[in-house]
Amino acid sequence: MSRDAGSPVTTPPAASAAATVTRPYDPAEERGILVVLPHPDDESFAAGGTLARAAAAGVKTTYLCGTYGDMGRRMGRPAFTNREALRDVRTAELKDACQVLGCDVRFMGLRDKCIEFEDPEAVAAKVREAIEELRPSAVVTFYPGHGVHPDHDALGHATVLAVRGLAAGERPRLLAVAIGERDELLSALGQPHLECDITAFADRKLDALRAHRSQTEAMFAHWDEQGIDGAEDAQSKAFRDEFVTRERYYVLDPDVPTLLEARA
Amino acid sequence: MRPIDRVSVQAELDRRLGQPHYLHLETTTGSYTKLGPEKKSPVIAFVRNALLTYERGTVTGDGPYRVGLKLDQGWVYADGLTDFEVNERDELLLAGLDCEGQLTMALQLSPNPFREGEGDR
Repeated sequence: MSRDAGSPVTTPPAASAAATVTRPYDPAEERGILVVLPHPDDESFAAGGTLARAAAAGVKTTYLCGTYGDMGRRMGRPAFTNREALRDVRTAELKDACQVLGCDVRFMGLRDKCIEFEDPEAVAAKVREAIEELRPSAVVTFYPGHGVHPDHDALGHATVLAVRGLAAGERPRLLAVAIGERDELLSALGQPHLECDITAFADRKLDALRAHRSQTEAMFAHWDEQGIDGAEDAQSKAFRDEFVTRERYYVLDPDVPTLLEARA
Repeated sequence: MRPIDRVSVQAELDRRLGQPHYLHLETTTGSYTKLGPEKKSPVIAFVRNALLTYERGTVTGDGPYRVGLKLDQGWVYADGLTDFEVNERDELLLAGLDCEGQLTMALQLSPNPFREGEGDR
């Protein structure tokens, strides 16, 4: 395994060249939004505010969830489920969260943690099928290479391939969510292209996250103990500063090789 | 799940002796360790639905517990087990749970393959 040791990437191949200005993003402009992410709860963390804001404006939103999240290690705090029951628990939690967000749900049925070992073109074909059926004007996925979790990168990559396979006039806009510390992302990718103000939908986003009880109970307990303003760990700070006020996206050109292709 | 008591778990291991079972063995740090203050790399492994038969199976330790299964040719070993359950499908689920309730280890045996594939049940 080589992980581009010692070769700093100054111009990431997947970021479009003039990524210097962040523009406000109003999801009400969309004809429809398809979110393609691997796990139940990714939709709420990454795009919950955008989804709630879109739904409030009458935009049809759909979450195509890659897996059932059945290899997650969080079981609630204290644990209230187990490895074999987690799948049904998380499926039900996702349905509740999407009801809060006003979003339809469907599952791809992939195995949690294993998306990167599937044939990317086969995964892309499933995503493309959903795009062709739903005709969204925007597809939200993780930024391949900046997803942190291998499933995030792999499904982001497959989603880029899915859009690449469509004729020019049929392509929805690709909005990518990057995970990581803000300064690191800025130096690697530049400013995000779009920023969605979600302050009016913060409560919706938090309610959706609470619906993912098995996964977020520990996080909320932590904040209840320390107060969201008192908790100084990276996740709490990011949440306080960003997750409940704005959601940021990079617009990807599907014809530009993803970071996963560049590394291969 | 409930805290392991060795007598019950040993009885479960004995009951399954010599009969083919499907194994789920897993250990995990979670995939987000890089986001922590120490930026550690994740360490995760799992095997799901390997078919095996064991000729001796034992739970040991004072908690957390260890389980060893002696196979015809080889071994299965897990340390750090704290909780267990036998579910409605006669699956023996053993898990290591940390103080936050997060799973760190799993050793499971089932007479039928553990659930895979698409679809709500």
